[in-house]
Amino acid sequence: MQPFTKIKSLATPLDKVNVDTDQIVPKQFLKLIQRTGFGQYLFYDWRYEQGGIARKDFVLNDPAYKNSRILLARDNFGCGSSREHAVWALDDYGFKVIISTSFADIFYNNCFKNGILPIRVPDDILEKLFSTKSEIEVDLQTQSIKADGISIPFQIEPHWKKILLEGLDDIAMTLQHEDQIVKYERSHKV
Amino acid sequence: MLNITEKILARASGKKEVSPGDVVFVNVDKVMVHDVSGPGVLAVFEKLRKKGMVIDKVWNPDKVWVAEDHFVPAADKISAQNIVLLTNFTKQFGIKKHFKYGMGQYGICHTLSHEEAMVLPGEVYVGGDSHTNTTGALGAFAAGLGHTDVAYVLLNGKIWFKVPETLFFKINGKLPDHVMAKDLILKIIGDIGTDGAAYKTMQFGGTGVSEMSVESRLTLTNMTTEAGAKSGIVEPDQKIRDYLAARGVTRYDEVHGDADAQYEKIYEYEGSEMEPIVAKPFSPENTVVARDLSSVELDKAYIGSCTGAKLEDLQAAAKILKGRTVKIRTEILPAAMSIFRKAMDEGLLKIFMDAGVVVGPPTCGACCGAHMGVLAKDEICISTTNRNFPGRMGHVESQTYLASPLVAAASAVTGKITDPRDLK
Repeated sequence: MQPFTKIKSLATPLDKVNVDTDQIVPKQFLKLIQRTGFGQYLFYDWRYEQGGIARKDFVLNDPAYKNSRILLARDNFGCGSSREHAVWALDDYGFKVIISTSFADIFYNNCFKNGILPIRVPDDILEKLFSTKSEIEVDLQTQSIKADGISIPFQIEPHWKKILLEGLDDIAMTLQHEDQIVKYERSHKV
Repeated sequence: MLNITEKILARASGKKEVSPGDVVFVNVDKVMVHDVSGPGVLAVFEKLRKKGMVIDKVWNPDKVWVAEDHFVPAADKISAQNIVLLTNFTKQFGIKKHFKYGMGQYGICHTLSHEEAMVLPGEVYVGGDSHTNTTGALGAFAAGLGHTDVAYVLLNGKIWFKVPETLFFKINGKLPDHVMAKDLILKIIGDIGTDGAAYKTMQFGGTGVSEMSVESRLTLTNMTTEAGAKSGIVEPDQKIRDYLAARGVTRYDEVHGDADAQYEKIYEYEGSEMEPIVAKPFSPENTVVARDLSSVELDKAYIGSCTGAKLEDLQAAAKILKGRTVKIRTEILPAAMSIFRKAMDEGLLKIFMDAGVVVGPPTCGACCGAHMGVLAKDEICISTTNRNFPGRMGHVESQTYLASPLVAAASAVTGKITDPRDLK
């Protein structure tokens, strides 16, 4: 996995609360056993009508957001089933950052394992980001989101930050760095 | 001053004490995968192999167990293939506890975890499923993980956790006969919301819980997932010891919270004041008293899942269905073969069949919309399961109302959502 650097793009606004992992990847695709290629199934029931025709009114089908790498979501994003396929689909589709007021626990952890940065922000900040029409820049090193000329700080657990910055998503590497992660966490306790 | 969760995590990480917010590496006692997370974990193994990692053993095959539940009986060719994949996996790694469909005891993973005493008090148990929280009712720390984390545990036998804050739910007094643990937990989720316990542990105690059967407690912890909880837990007591002894297990190392244990917040509920509760589509927090929905006409009743098809759930349904017939299509799927057998021995199956109900094999089935009676567009179902998100049980425009087995059975008889007290 590539170390996480800055990400700059338009942010796709998904204006729904309590989006569960079955909306992110519907159950019928869980049986597929390869880890890649889930992007085509992302938000499948919202993206396509029966017969696979793209729904024009769904935000992912808006050409303006075609190259978006940042997803704006709302409360309790990723609730429901623990299926990691949901994160694999977001990653495969191209999203590297998800910004919301809150995430479901297992989903939140799964993000870091796959190089995606989930960011929690307060309500008013999220509203601001939903209303911006220009590109957003997310800088993990400085823990800041730049939008419309202002810089918004965000919090992240030190060990998650380190894992993403160094690209330690992978199990084997994580194991090698276990002691360092514990040490780092201790010295950077919030 | 430590509560039970902190004490379990401290012991498992070799520390004297831990505090909420600490990150700890814990030794895992048991890990479970099923026919969705198992293939997912194997896909992670495959990715690691491509990077040159040699994976020819798991850390301890005796601590790994496998369930076949989501897509059994094989729903189609791909799910049949996934069962083959699981079989090869357990064979290759020498995993003996694989509960196979069609070979004696098998069932929903969370049900097997207690029916087969796969997890014991004081243990750290993780599983590749979000409702792994269920097993915390035995006095264990039980939490669900994603595929990469489960793969990590399979290889290394440990995982890190951020020690969760604990919300304590104190239930005073016994629940009335027409109220079940399901009503209580729906009431709680309605009060705190689907992210009300995000990243936290929900602990249940008080006289209402000590009066409760083990199976009822399992309903409480099962649904903690729907409040966003990391885990759910109940302190072990004599009822747990008896339950495990009946399954041949008497040796384990119980953990209890200190007398002055700390909790982030304490909520109190009067058990005797509880009423039958139903969660409307499309969220478990969307709760009202059942009587408010008496005009809702139904197409189907579903009594199944790890939440709502344990033996006492079937006994509750039978109490209602005895001598009556159902007005809408009704399915009952016991959560494990051991429960199916007890239901047969107790004569419950005859009551169900006399009422016109179809009794099916243990499976997650339509609870997760996999197969075995999924819903069509606009169909409305009352269900003893744990989720009613859009499309959870079938078509994205179907509707699921979550309820106790008593309410589901009473509603099956009338065809409308019915409080069991109102059944003639």
